[in-house]
Amino acid sequence: MFARGLKPLSIASVVLIVGAFALVFFYAPNDADQGFVQKIFYLHVPVAIVALLGFVAGGVFGIRYLRTGDRSHDLRSYVAIHISLILAVAALVTGSIWARAAWGQWWVWDEPTLVSFLIVFLLYACYQPLRFSIEDPERQARTAAVFAIVAGAFVPLNFMAVRLAESLVHPRVLSATGGSMPGEMRLTFLVALVGMAVLFVTLWKYELTSKQASMQLRALKRALADEDDSWVPTRRSAAPQQL
Amino acid sequence: MRRAVAAVIRKDLRIELRTGEAVPAMLLFSVSTFVLFHFALDRASVEGELAAGVLWVTLLFAAVLGMSRLFVAEREQGGFDGFLLAPVDRTSLFVAKAAVLFAFLAAVELAAVPAFAILLLGPSPWPAAGELVLVLLLADLGIAVIGTLVGALGIQTRARELIVPIIALPLMIPLAIAAARATSPLFLEAGAEALPGRWLLVLGLYDLVFGLVAFAVFDFLLEE
Repeated sequence: MFARGLKPLSIASVVLIVGAFALVFFYAPNDADQGFVQKIFYLHVPVAIVALLGFVAGGVFGIRYLRTGDRSHDLRSYVAIHISLILAVAALVTGSIWARAAWGQWWVWDEPTLVSFLIVFLLYACYQPLRFSIEDPERQARTAAVFAIVAGAFVPLNFMAVRLAESLVHPRVLSATGGSMPGEMRLTFLVALVGMAVLFVTLWKYELTSKQASMQLRALKRALADEDDSWVPTRRSAAPQQL
Repeated sequence: MRRAVAAVIRKDLRIELRTGEAVPAMLLFSVSTFVLFHFALDRASVEGELAAGVLWVTLLFAAVLGMSRLFVAEREQGGFDGFLLAPVDRTSLFVAKAAVLFAFLAAVELAAVPAFAILLLGPSPWPAAGELVLVLLLADLGIAVIGTLVGALGIQTRARELIVPIIALPLMIPLAIAAARATSPLFLEAGAEALPGRWLLVLGLYDLVFGLVAFAVFDFLLEE
């Protein structure tokens, strides 16, 4: 059910990611100001953008779960938020490295994009503990969907509030005027962004497929266990356990 | 719906008046935190941004205490079941609980803010009392909405006392930013300055957005 189109997606993400890194190292010019270090930008920014979009997508699947009651949407929402959390850690780490290189500090507080990203990360870090502490699967899915929707609405509001509060140091890559990147940099960035987005979707589908396979395996084990009357223990988990 | 809301509010206020579970604890917590800040900052008085920060951090933490208590009676004594059996709109529980939390916060602040003025605040808060009340009311509205939602989320879990603060605090950061920025010009040593309008706007927007979101999703937390 989730595995459709996995092969072309995998090939596309390998090609795009490899292509993006080739462009980063051999095509895009070194930044006049920061030199080579600036190239972390082609990893950092796409990772951060895709993570935020993944969080919002988790909220959208949460809405769809609440409307339809279809458990597969709960699984979709869970996996999207899970992968986004991992990407968010990557974004924070790469951002920190870049900040150290560019501004000489590991962490800069008067930096709205950094700070809002940290806040969003802290909020979504509660998603797994929240799920884990609810045993009833039906209630777990419903509560998690409500959380995903509220947090999804929180993302833009938080960015606005933090940005209003701080000065503008962080470069606006996607500003209304289109930023100030030269053509080669822009092309490389766009390829890296699309590559990261495709990679996200691919990983998301792999994880969905894997989760579904282990659910089926568990169901089969349980069916077999019924026959010889032994009991298969189920591990308590933050992840949805059945569709 | 109005009668259901009024009935739940009456019930909660009566419980609070008889048992005194939430408001006295929140108030005691606030005063202890002011004392703690006095020693931690090693200052006899604070003003400006520092004063606004101390006040808002204390009030937000006190609010978290109220949030995790908000639905305890409903969960432990079958109030949810009773409410679901009654032929009333489920949203009325949200409206009533938000109103109750708002009332609790207002009651706490009625005593905690004067205590703050006496214990820690350097400049007199009186010249800007009207503006301060406006900021407090706007922020309380947002805290009440978020608190009702997070309290209802937390009550579903086994680890209520852990889940409520870790979800509520990040969610309230925009509110804390706006409230503290709006309050700090009121606490200046040189005399209160005008209230910055854009922070009131942010507070209002926060209240509106989360009010609508909570209104839309709250029903789903009640299904059994």
